[in-house]
Amino acid sequence: MAKQLHPTPMLDQLESGPWPSFVTGLKRLAKDKDYVVDLLGHLEHSYETRKGYWKGGTVGVFGYGGGVIPRFTEIKDEKTGQPVFKDAAEFHTLRIMPPPGMHYDTATLRKFCDIWEKYGSGLIALHGQSGDIMFQGCTTENVQPAWDEINEMGFDMGGAGPAVRTAMSCVGAARCEQSCYDEAKAHQKIVNNFLDDIHRPALPYKFKFKFSGCGNDCMNAIQRADMAVIGTWRDNMKTDDELGKKWFAKHGMNELINDVVNMCPTRALQVKDTKDVRKDAHISAVAINDTQSLEIDNKDCVRCMHCINVMTGALGPGKDKGATILVGGHGHLKIGATLGTVVVPFMDLKTEEDYDKLVELAQNIVDFFAENALEHERTGEMIERIGLVNFLEGIGLDPDANMVNCPRSNPYIRTDGWDEEVARINAKKQAAA
Amino acid sequence: MAQPQMRKPVEYFLDNKKFLHPKLAANYGNWKYHDRPRPGVLHHVSNTGDEVWTVRAGTQRQMDVHTIRLLCDIADQYAEGRVRFTIRSNIEYIVSDEAKVGPLIEALEKNGFPVGGTGNSVSMVAHTQGWLHCDIPGTDASGVVKSMMDALFEDFKKEEMPNRVRLSTSCCEINCGGQADIAVIIQHTKPPKINHDLVANVCERPAVVARCPVAAIRPALVNGKPSLEVDEKKCVCCGACYPPCPPMQINDPEHSKLAIWVGGKNSNARSKPSFHKLVAAGLPNNPPRWPEVNAIVKKILDTYKADARPWERMADWIERIGWPRFFEKTGLPFTKYMIDDWRGSRYNLNASNHVRF
Repeated sequence: MAKQLHPTPMLDQLESGPWPSFVTGLKRLAKDKDYVVDLLGHLEHSYETRKGYWKGGTVGVFGYGGGVIPRFTEIKDEKTGQPVFKDAAEFHTLRIMPPPGMHYDTATLRKFCDIWEKYGSGLIALHGQSGDIMFQGCTTENVQPAWDEINEMGFDMGGAGPAVRTAMSCVGAARCEQSCYDEAKAHQKIVNNFLDDIHRPALPYKFKFKFSGCGNDCMNAIQRADMAVIGTWRDNMKTDDELGKKWFAKHGMNELINDVVNMCPTRALQVKDTKDVRKDAHISAVAINDTQSLEIDNKDCVRCMHCINVMTGALGPGKDKGATILVGGHGHLKIGATLGTVVVPFMDLKTEEDYDKLVELAQNIVDFFAENALEHERTGEMIERIGLVNFLEGIGLDPDANMVNCPRSNPYIRTDGWDEEVARINAKKQAAA
Repeated sequence: MAQPQMRKPVEYFLDNKKFLHPKLAANYGNWKYHDRPRPGVLHHVSNTGDEVWTVRAGTQRQMDVHTIRLLCDIADQYAEGRVRFTIRSNIEYIVSDEAKVGPLIEALEKNGFPVGGTGNSVSMVAHTQGWLHCDIPGTDASGVVKSMMDALFEDFKKEEMPNRVRLSTSCCEINCGGQADIAVIIQHTKPPKINHDLVANVCERPAVVARCPVAAIRPALVNGKPSLEVDEKKCVCCGACYPPCPPMQINDPEHSKLAIWVGGKNSNARSKPSFHKLVAAGLPNNPPRWPEVNAIVKKILDTYKADARPWERMADWIERIGWPRFFEKTGLPFTKYMIDDWRGSRYNLNASNHVRF
């Protein structure tokens, strides 16, 4: 039986309304835990005074340098200097890496609950913005035994501080027909390669990987990952006449024109009489009825996913699948938020060797970042400071017109290496031919 | 004296195969198409003819173990003991028997978990830790989100928006919540207040100076002690100096204000991914319900819902009608603070005769 609840008139108001309430959950935990009684008091104090009262510190587990987010209360009695909410004076979080795609069986979740009821507050966030399972609220003393039991289950700690961070991947091939590679496999191989850099922070700043199976980018990788792996394909879109006709019968010509054809960003789609559809290797078409088709010029398609999203099944990603790699997305302060930039327009992701090449590229990028970024500088900021060309040369990638929206427009550039560069590129083209 | 033997961690990142629903494992990489029989339900069909139904429900993200156990009970009864979570903390149940979809939805809703968040709905808000756990929060996150989702409850359960709407909430400008169609972010509006007695003891001064994006911080001797000073005219109140130097207090109960940003989108569909843009600021940090913020979010959503065409995301809609029209239709004032003056800002200015009346 826990101690009496502190009055929480403001938090109580967050128990009304139809959406599930975290306050109700906390109160349920407070029935058995003095720890959560004081946590509620602590939070109510923030609501009353409109200020936060946690400060960081150093708490960790044996063998690792990061992964625990330490929090100590700053609400102290003025006279004694003692914490006002003494049972919740420490409120550390364990970051644990979720399985790729965040799939679970209930036995695993129940075991998490048992461990966290025993050692922690009983509050678990599924999931934090970094993708981790956040085991929220633990005393310094209980961090190690809780971690030992979680690790025994086969789960490892995520990254924090200037480290490779916990990665995220979408539901992917497990349940999505748009998936263009094995996201979980790429995720697993890359994380296993960087475990040391996750657990022992030694980089200039954080480095994040995110894996999305297609251009819909459900993992928000281009905006948030230092290295974003976005699934795509090179050949013609797959088509299915039966599903095309079914879609059209339900939606009709107005929707086809307004919602599909007109919304194609590169005008790669046209409605035609089936007999007039162009015969060319890069042209594909899907029937919409017995006489008409939607013609797709795959040379103009940028794999944005819009038409496939609208006509799922009738249209689909092609067979020659892989990924586009972008580098430098982040949302931090120094230069404002930056989106990732294309550094590899297409990488095959079919064989085991292809996946090894992805890991190799990731290692090159992280090594370059580790050696060349300034303290507290993200990859995107580093690239802005040194220029994309220096970055490409540093990791051994050739320039490609897909890396830019347009060539430079400012004239202040030295071009005295022009002839050598043209010769080098032509020689490379010839060697590849 | 011998130290107690410490357990060495096992460093290994796991395979997800054993967690997959059996039908997902059997059809891995072999799905053909999907449709949505009703809001909150996805129906996937495999090339083998296998079918699965996914039921998506909202959660409070910060869950107590009793809530998680309840969600597990429901999974054991209806969904072969498997669940997954989305990036926005919705829970998904995968069932291979269509007959179980109805009873599963009933069980979820009876226990207070709304079913929805798919397709053209307003999904659960991606958010940060706030006063519950963050060390530099200007506001709470879970509470703001609870208030917003209470107000947008029907929009979560129905698919009546022109396209999907993704929201985020962040408790400071660092914006851990991420980019969204509508983002609520607290903004510091005053330079940090420095406790000069503590700086020399707590802060590595060159590191703090280097952290400032506008070179507004300089070393200084204050009352005979080494400290720091801020050129308040240069300061952009970003708060970046606070984490390496907590005596530079940036949080302020009165002057930390909420701002609203719109038009962020991570998908590449149609237009390229975009960042959200500032459309309102100076809103009071008003717990426990933040009504001023909710009113503006609702107004923007209502305007978008009424005016956008099918499949237009917030960003696509604004691209079509133009920013002047956005401000006109939502009734929000366009102020000088919305004209970018950061690095690269000239790319955001209108270098044309394209003007809307």
